[in-house]
Amino acid sequence: MNTDKLASMLLVLAFAASGAVQAEEKAVSDSEKIEQYREMISDGNPADFDEMRGEELWKKPGGPKQASLEKCDLGKGAGVVKGAYAELPRYFKDTRMVQDLESRLLTCMTTLQGIPEEEITAKPFASDKKPSDISSLASYVVGQSKGIKMAVSTKHPKEKEAYQIGKLIFNYRAGPYDFACSTCHGTSGSRIRMQDLPNLNTKEDAQTAYTSWPAYRVSQGLTRSFQWRLNDCFRQQRFPEPKFASEATVALTMFLAVNANGAEYAGPGLKR
Amino acid sequence: MNAKHIIGMVMTVSLATASASVLAGSHDSKLEAKATAIIKRDFRDKGIAKADRVNQDALQAACSKYEDDVPDKLKAKLEAAQAKEIKWPADGKYMGDWKAGEKLAQSGRGMTWSDKPEDPAGGNCYNCHQLSAKEISYGTIGPSLRNYGNKKGMKEEVQRSVYGHIYNAKAYNACANMPRFGHMGILSEAQMKDLVALLLDPESPVNAK
Ligand code: HEC
Ligand code: HEC
Repeated sequence: MNTDKLASMLLVLAFAASGAVQAEEKAVSDSEKIEQYREMISDGNPADFDEMRGEELWKKPGGPKQASLEKCDLGKGAGVVKGAYAELPRYFKDTRMVQDLESRLLTCMTTLQGIPEEEITAKPFASDKKPSDISSLASYVVGQSKGIKMAVSTKHPKEKEAYQIGKLIFNYRAGPYDFACSTCHGTSGSRIRMQDLPNLNTKEDAQTAYTSWPAYRVSQGLTRSFQWRLNDCFRQQRFPEPKFASEATVALTMFLAVNANGAEYAGPGLKR
Repeated sequence: MNAKHIIGMVMTVSLATASASVLAGSHDSKLEAKATAIIKRDFRDKGIAKADRVNQDALQAACSKYEDDVPDKLKAKLEAAQAKEIKWPADGKYMGDWKAGEKLAQSGRGMTWSDKPEDPAGGNCYNCHQLSAKEISYGTIGPSLRNYGNKKGMKEEVQRSVYGHIYNAKAYNACANMPRFGHMGILSEAQMKDLVALLLDPESPVNAK
């Protein structure tokens, strides 16, 4: 991408984010608006920059052990990145756990590179001030599954159990508003204000939603990981904060990923 | 990265409709206990949202267990228990100021870990309901309340029912997807009265012809 193209792309994004594209006094849902920006910038997604940053981090020696992540096993063998995300979460023999991409990256960064776990989990999400290495690594890995069909297994008893626990967490109502994920994502065609809410119990909506994350958020100017997506929905649910890459978040991811099985992975996506 | 490369990366959302997965949900109590233990372990305090928010009351637990489709007998019992705890206004008046009510209905603030303890919680009503015709940005999780007063009138029993719904919608329908604004201490008595007025007052934009 040349700088001219980049400049015009960013301009379009800034314009779109300011809401100026919505000229007429008509209810335009946020999904329709994002469809408009997507057409305008059809030659790129700013998430590409985060993917490139992640690729560099993957290949470059790092951490106290000065090792790269090229020996990291994401489930398809040491160093195999292509297609790995389309089969995650999955059960890993070495950790005896079901892991999603981010919890697996955490394992590789701590074991291969020797980075203390707390150093990574203290700030696992990018901010305006500082990018997040684990998040950029996730962007790189998911990009290598683009166009590949989601095929997440529930054959291993632990995988099946993670799916079932994830489903229970999806329906778990608590907190001052009595919300569960299902309150906002359990019926089709509903909205909060102008934001369309996918019904994540249905195959079609789960596929569209799941395969478009991680994603570049136009309103935030940042590429966001799937763990971030769950974290922010728990915030809107008026829950306390889920621990990064915890079993609860992995189980919930398993539930959503299995519901999305069969769809071609299409991320990193582009969102409001 | 060249432009061609980027064109190749344009997002295509697959609408593939593969066969539905056959992993039936279960009322396996051992699994439920395990899920609850995981939830209790895996959340932590952040801002005003303390970890103990994941602890369920009897109503939340029943609605979760039955995925909001609680058996009739239990449903009636839960609703009666919720109704008993509604604190009705001591002065017997239900209507406040619709203008203050509209402001509250617009505010989606409150109770998240990014809200400050000193920030007052709003009503979030427009997040889920259509109310005034002027506000085109409204959610659809709840039914449209447009023209509510025109349809229902202003009799005392109507006022009382609206106050009751806002105080605790679960007294009327155990697993309704509406927060219990009075029961959970989210809104004050005066604020709930302002909202009753927003719905019923003939001058309110909800009832503008
Ligand atoms: C109070 C309502 C609410 C609750 C509760 C909620 N969400 Fe969301 N969710 C939203 C909104 C609104 C969006 C659209 C996000 C946006 O545009 O900012 C969304 C978006 C999503 C998306 C991405 C959809 C897409 O196509 O981009 C996923 C996945 C998701 N939520 C999962 C969950 C899960 C899992 C839970 C339970 C932990 C949950 N949500 C709880 C409101 C909610
Ligand atoms: C999270 C979504 C949500 C929010 C926020 C919400 N409601 Fe509701 N509301 C609902 C749903 C869903 C119903 C239908 C309840 C049922 O199923 O019995 C409802 C029902 C009602 C009813 C009863 C309508 C009837 O059938 O006669 C009233 C009145 C009402 N809401 C007022 C309010 C007011 C006022 C607010 C703001 C303080 C509010 N609601 C906020 C979701 C919501």
